[in-house]
Amino acid sequence: MKQSVTLNKVTQLIGMGFFKNIANLFTGKLEKDEVKSILRKTLVPIASILLFIGLWHAGAKALYNKEAEFKIAKALEDQGQAEADALKVCIASGDSSCQPNTLPSPIQVWGSFKSLLKDHNIISADKAAFKEKTAAMNAKRIEQGKDPITYTGRPSFVDQIVRSLKTVFAGFLLALLIAVPLGIFIGLSPTLKSAFNWFIQIFKPVSPVVWYLLVFMIVKTILIDSSEDSSFTISFISVGLCSMWATLVNTAMGVASVDKDYINVAKVLKLGTFQKVFKVILPSSLPLIFTGLKITLSVAWMVLIAIELLAQSPGLGLFVWEEFQNGANDSNAKIIVAMFVIGIIGFLLDRIMLAIQNSVSFVKTDAI
Amino acid sequence: MSTDTIQNTDTAFTENGISYPSKVMLDLKDLKKVYPTPKGDYVVLENLNLQIMREEFVTIIGHSGCGKTTMLSMIAGLNPISGGNISVLGNPVKGPGPDRGVIFQAPSLMPWMTALENVSLGVNQVFPHATKKERLDIAKYYLHKVGMDGSFNKKANELSQGMQQRVGIARAFAIKPKVLLLDEPFGMLDSLTRGELQDILIEIWNKEKITAVMITHDVDEAIFLADKVVMMTSGPRAKIGDVLSIDFERPRTRKSVLEHDDYYKYRKHLIDFLEH
Ligand SMILES: Nc1ncnc2c1ncn2[C@@H]1O[C@H](COP(=O)(O)OP(=O)(O)O)[C@@H](O)[C@H]1O
Ligand SMILES: [Mg+2]
Repeated sequence: MKQSVTLNKVTQLIGMGFFKNIANLFTGKLEKDEVKSILRKTLVPIASILLFIGLWHAGAKALYNKEAEFKIAKALEDQGQAEADALKVCIASGDSSCQPNTLPSPIQVWGSFKSLLKDHNIISADKAAFKEKTAAMNAKRIEQGKDPITYTGRPSFVDQIVRSLKTVFAGFLLALLIAVPLGIFIGLSPTLKSAFNWFIQIFKPVSPVVWYLLVFMIVKTILIDSSEDSSFTISFISVGLCSMWATLVNTAMGVASVDKDYINVAKVLKLGTFQKVFKVILPSSLPLIFTGLKITLSVAWMVLIAIELLAQSPGLGLFVWEEFQNGANDSNAKIIVAMFVIGIIGFLLDRIMLAIQNSVSFVKTDAI
Repeated sequence: MSTDTIQNTDTAFTENGISYPSKVMLDLKDLKKVYPTPKGDYVVLENLNLQIMREEFVTIIGHSGCGKTTMLSMIAGLNPISGGNISVLGNPVKGPGPDRGVIFQAPSLMPWMTALENVSLGVNQVFPHATKKERLDIAKYYLHKVGMDGSFNKKANELSQGMQQRVGIARAFAIKPKVLLLDEPFGMLDSLTRGELQDILIEIWNKEKITAVMITHDVDEAIFLADKVVMMTSGPRAKIGDVLSIDFERPRTRKSVLEHDDYYKYRKHLIDFLEH
């Protein structure tokens, strides 16, 4: 009983109430309405996913056929019947040298996903072996005050995901540390508000690319005498600056629109500024601050791809770009894998934020 | 029936050769309030004079929009005075302060705090030199007085409106104000809950005997609670129209008040004023 209560709490906290229904399905406590709601909340999404995969498969097949026909027709025109027939046979055999290069099918994408994981396992093993081999030597180097030898091989897909997560997390933290305090000050003081308003209005719509360029100009010069790779620094700062606006605006709005009754209570009690801010204003604006932070995190994750690509920072963004440039046979499928990974991680980040929000804020927010 | 206009304007009085501090707790003199509006200045209150004695419970009635809330928030120091002055024990009001506790129409508890934290917020602020335990005891005492035992640690937004207003009453009394200002505190409650809260309020007040000024739109409530009912004229330029002394003995019960011979005289007086 107690267990199911905590389970309910957890699932509600992350806005995934349908787990509760599935749990009830197994414990057998069901009303007629509940059955309906379970059908709606579990079967309908599953059906829509299947439908989506089906449409995708059919679409991919149609595109494949179109491109194949075009290739064969072109071969016929340029090189004659014999070449065209050879190409036809080649395409039908599934040989990778002559496949049409178009939207990959769900099966191809699944295959690529598995091969990326395999690749990761190989690289991990390689890394472990390298570490073992160099352990003794590195210990000696550290003793002598030299830098240890590090693994410089190619990062795996999982490494790139981790790098992207680190970048987005650092950027988000930067945004939070700038936007929340600044937002509080702006919200508290009408003078500061009019001082910063133009600033916010002008910089809010600036595109990620421009932020990247700006940060690049500055950081490049600051780190000019460092041999370290600055791509991480540049990308997380760009991500932070790009995504902080929603938090800034929402925090300022939340702070400025605290219920007048609460402010009056604070006035009657003659609370000091510190008490007023931390006991009344901040808790009361938490829902809006979190709305801002959620937008910030999702914007951060969205612009990350573009910024990593520009900064040549070895994360998911660079992965996508390199696969696109690469043009290998399974590149398209890998790009689609990356797309799903990006989407799913974005979704999970949003749910994590929601859980944090619901555990600290007095207003419970449902997931949409 | 006694409809005395208050004449005592002394700041102190003498009895048997001993000089006592003033009996006048609150003194509103030629009070004026102007709200600037796009269509020009709107004079809500003008030439408003009112004196309220120590330990008096005064209720205020008047038509909606006549300026009752405006007057009360000026006494609280939350709304600037346009003309005249307000003094508490002879000291002019300069701004809000814990000597004048306020109970708002909406309970306005901090929803993210528990009942106890809400009351403690004020207690900690007003009694900074008391020990932690003493302060906690004060907060708990008043929550107990309003019948909130067992709900100390409930979050304010988990409480019903009536419960929240109980905590509001505890919060206001716990800071031991000289004057308690109440702006239709029970206006949003159903009549049963309202009756309960009136009883709670008057029970604590009987014990603490602080000066209370309460706005209400309920004539029966006004009579049941008050030593004096102050009637305000309709705006604009509202002022005090009439003051009715309610001479029932205290402590009162609802039953004894309703059965009293003068009850319907008082009631008729107030309704005549409001309908005239
Ligand atoms: N901040 C304000 N600005 C302009 N007009 C106001 C303001 N507050 C109240 N008023 C007006 O002053 C009048 C008195 O308001 P109020 O004191 O709330 O009345 P009551 O509490 O008696 O119902 C009303 O006509 C109201 O519209
Ligand atoms: Mg009012």
